[in-house]
Amino acid sequence: MTRSGWFWVAVGLLYFLLPLAATAEFSFKDGDSYSFAAYREIFDDPQFRDTFFLSLKLAIVTIIVALLLFIPTVYWVHLRLPQFRPLVQFLCALPFVVPPIVLIVGILYVYNYQWVPGKYLGSPYYLVPGYVVLGFPFMFFALDNAFRAIDVHTLTEASQSLGAGWTRTLWKVILPNILTGALAGAFLTFALVMGEFTMASLALFNTFPTYINYIGQTKANPAAALTIISFGITWLALLGILFVGRRPGRTAVQVGGGAR
Amino acid sequence: MPFLAWAAAFLLVPAGALLIGAFRTQDGEFTTEFFKDIFKGSSLDAYVKSVEISLITALLGGALGFLIAYAALSPGAPRLLRPAFLTFSGVAANFGGVPLAFAFISTLGTVGMATRALDAMGLNPYDHGFTLFGFWGLVVTYLYFQIPLMIIIIAPAIDGLKAEWREAASNLGATSTQYWRYVGVPVLLPSILGSMVLLFGGSFAAYATAYALTSGHIGLVPLKIGELINGNVLSDPHQAYALAFGMVIVIAVAMAIYFVLDRRASRWRRSVQ
Amino acid sequence: MAYLELEKLHKEFGDFTAIEEIDVSIQAGEFLSLLGPSGCGKTTALRIVAGFERPTSGRVVVEGKDLTNVPPNHRDMGMVFQAYSLFPNMTAEANVEFGLRVRGQSGAERRKRVEDLLELVGLSAAAKRYPHQLSGGMQQRVALARALAIEPRVLLLDEPLSALDAKVRVQLREEIRRLQTQLGITTLYVTHDQEEALSVSDRVAVLSQGQIEQIGAPAEIYNAPGTPFVAEFIGTMNRLEATVAEEGQVQVNGMVLAVTDARGLPRGERVLVLIRPEILDLQRADGAASSALVGEVVAHIFLGAITRVKVDAGEHELSADLPGHRAAELPVGSQVAASFPADGGRVLALSEQPEGPAERAPAGQ
Repeated sequence: MTRSGWFWVAVGLLYFLLPLAATAEFSFKDGDSYSFAAYREIFDDPQFRDTFFLSLKLAIVTIIVALLLFIPTVYWVHLRLPQFRPLVQFLCALPFVVPPIVLIVGILYVYNYQWVPGKYLGSPYYLVPGYVVLGFPFMFFALDNAFRAIDVHTLTEASQSLGAGWTRTLWKVILPNILTGALAGAFLTFALVMGEFTMASLALFNTFPTYINYIGQTKANPAAALTIISFGITWLALLGILFVGRRPGRTAVQVGGGAR
Repeated sequence: MPFLAWAAAFLLVPAGALLIGAFRTQDGEFTTEFFKDIFKGSSLDAYVKSVEISLITALLGGALGFLIAYAALSPGAPRLLRPAFLTFSGVAANFGGVPLAFAFISTLGTVGMATRALDAMGLNPYDHGFTLFGFWGLVVTYLYFQIPLMIIIIAPAIDGLKAEWREAASNLGATSTQYWRYVGVPVLLPSILGSMVLLFGGSFAAYATAYALTSGHIGLVPLKIGELINGNVLSDPHQAYALAFGMVIVIAVAMAIYFVLDRRASRWRRSVQ
Repeated sequence: MAYLELEKLHKEFGDFTAIEEIDVSIQAGEFLSLLGPSGCGKTTALRIVAGFERPTSGRVVVEGKDLTNVPPNHRDMGMVFQAYSLFPNMTAEANVEFGLRVRGQSGAERRKRVEDLLELVGLSAAAKRYPHQLSGGMQQRVALARALAIEPRVLLLDEPLSALDAKVRVQLREEIRRLQTQLGITTLYVTHDQEEALSVSDRVAVLSQGQIEQIGAPAEIYNAPGTPFVAEFIGTMNRLEATVAEEGQVQVNGMVLAVTDARGLPRGERVLVLIRPEILDLQRADGAASSALVGEVVAHIFLGAITRVKVDAGEHELSADLPGHRAAELPVGSQVAASFPADGGRVLALSEQPEGPAERAPAGQ
């Protein structure tokens, strides 16, 4: 490798690592010495637990809905309705370019007091439909790749010729083969929901990211600790994909704009 | 398909509704007032600033991301660099929003680690007009996700550059510069342009980072929308719908520019038959 | 003096020795093939000549000038790669023009030359097409025209046909040879396909494990393989392990066979007797000569004009190519005796390492 090559690699590493190092240092800082005080303060805060578990629940519901929505869709697009692919692909790429803030403003406008039963309007699960949409690109492309890697036609025909019905074919034959893709999509969606601030904040719900912001306005060191925790969650999600997929960075679909 | 219903209900209808909302008053009457307003005064300033920051971070992030990706992913690089950079980039590109703002406050804030280090060298950036909480501070912060985003998006294109092209060019007498000018850049250009448009969109849409970093005080379009929606009871939400609709237009224009450029840059990819 | 010389080339990649030693001289206008299995160092040798690799030691000399340290873009060598080497963003025309353009030739001159070359390879009609609109064979023709456009000192071809269909392969290799003869250009051709190498070259160098096993005209390589490796690699060969007996005779499985080539070898030496399938003759065992090898027919392989008959002869499996009607007389299961004329077999001394270079030059040279 050339010397300028090493230079750019070094620039990249520095840019990536320096803010982390700085934040980590800051999160351990306790006056003139270092301690876990900031972390202890966070973990002892009941609000941390409430918001963290709320975001966790939202993430799980979002993932379940997205999987239920996409597995049959992608399966059918591959098996029977390839002519729908351009449309589905277009719709799934849209959230890449439509800003989350536009989406939430639109959702708030359409699904307001006149339309939505009160108990859902006040419930944080109000956010789930929008999160599912933000997760479209992740789920679709992850599953699409997984389906592309297997021969859906042959597997389906083989399964049916052996006497299995549709449900059994999907459940026992297709699903195990696309599990990697489904999990990759799930991990990305998880990272997305655990970091999503825009929609939650504008819809006035207290999720984990809005809690981080709230702490940030008041307490500096605990905010740094939360930043490290949040970063750790993103890491876990991405490592999860690596672990199930063993194909690092194979596709460009590992990124979206949800968290920003 | 339930998927289509979902996409219609929670993506197309809300986005489309903004078109109507942008041209209506609170009482439901038609008006072009709000839409006209976005071309005036502070609204226009916000668009200009948003576009500026998005353009700058797309160009800088695109250029830096490409150089780093090319250095780390080209066949001559050590094996280990590749998975390391792609994984790091995956994390960094997905890491954003409020925590990212805090990470940069710890780094380049008034008492941040890098600020202190630079200060020790007599180069305190705050003495030279820089502030993390202004325009350029935002640029530096956005680059933290823009660069890795570029690395990930451009990686397949770099992998697609065949060693044979470089060797053939060299064999035919071309210098390295000539290779890049006639082959490398033209081949990569559509991918680079496409990636930069995506980066542009990423910056343009970003809300949380700017919100946390500047407490909402820097006049970007998403922040203005947030202000109008968020509790400011006196204002008219239809002004926000108009601003949001304006964002959709900007994104649409960016996409259109991309498609034109891409078509021009990639005649060779289209089939003539 | 030779036109192109590879002098004592040696190349290591870390711990791996790609080229032990290659030392070969090529005359002006000569077509030399480097032939060998994958990993034998042939491509590395070619890449050293092109300048993409530096030899660990040794020199590349053209017309008496040492080019070893000259960068590839100053070597004036035209190279045709295996595949996908055309610049995808340029038409066929622009690809051919590329070398002239970077040399700063004037526009009019360039256009004329490009036209001529595309005509030479029969692709005038495809000048405006992009590589992805051309078939594999057409792409390689453009690549050839592109390499020839710069009037290279040496034409280098790195398995240019390996990615093509069988039919196109034969067609194109004949065309490459025709062009090469017509232009009189010194050519170095790398391939793993022995038929290809033998059919187009003036001389063939057979490589194994980074060394030249044998170098010679195609007929020489085919008829008189110098080492067991060459014998094995080129065509199909029956191999009989034997011991030298009386003058001009060897002993196989206790049977004595007359082989002219064994003359002059010390009695008792272990040797390998090599017989081409087309030399071997089969007879029904009842009427066979006493010195012949006996066995049972185990398979017939139809090869068009001839049929290859496989015989299980105890320790040896033999192949004999017979005309169809003769093979039909010897169905699977029949007992047969194999024989060959005394001057039809080659004898090679068995060295300690059978894959190493021959210890003895083949007889009859």
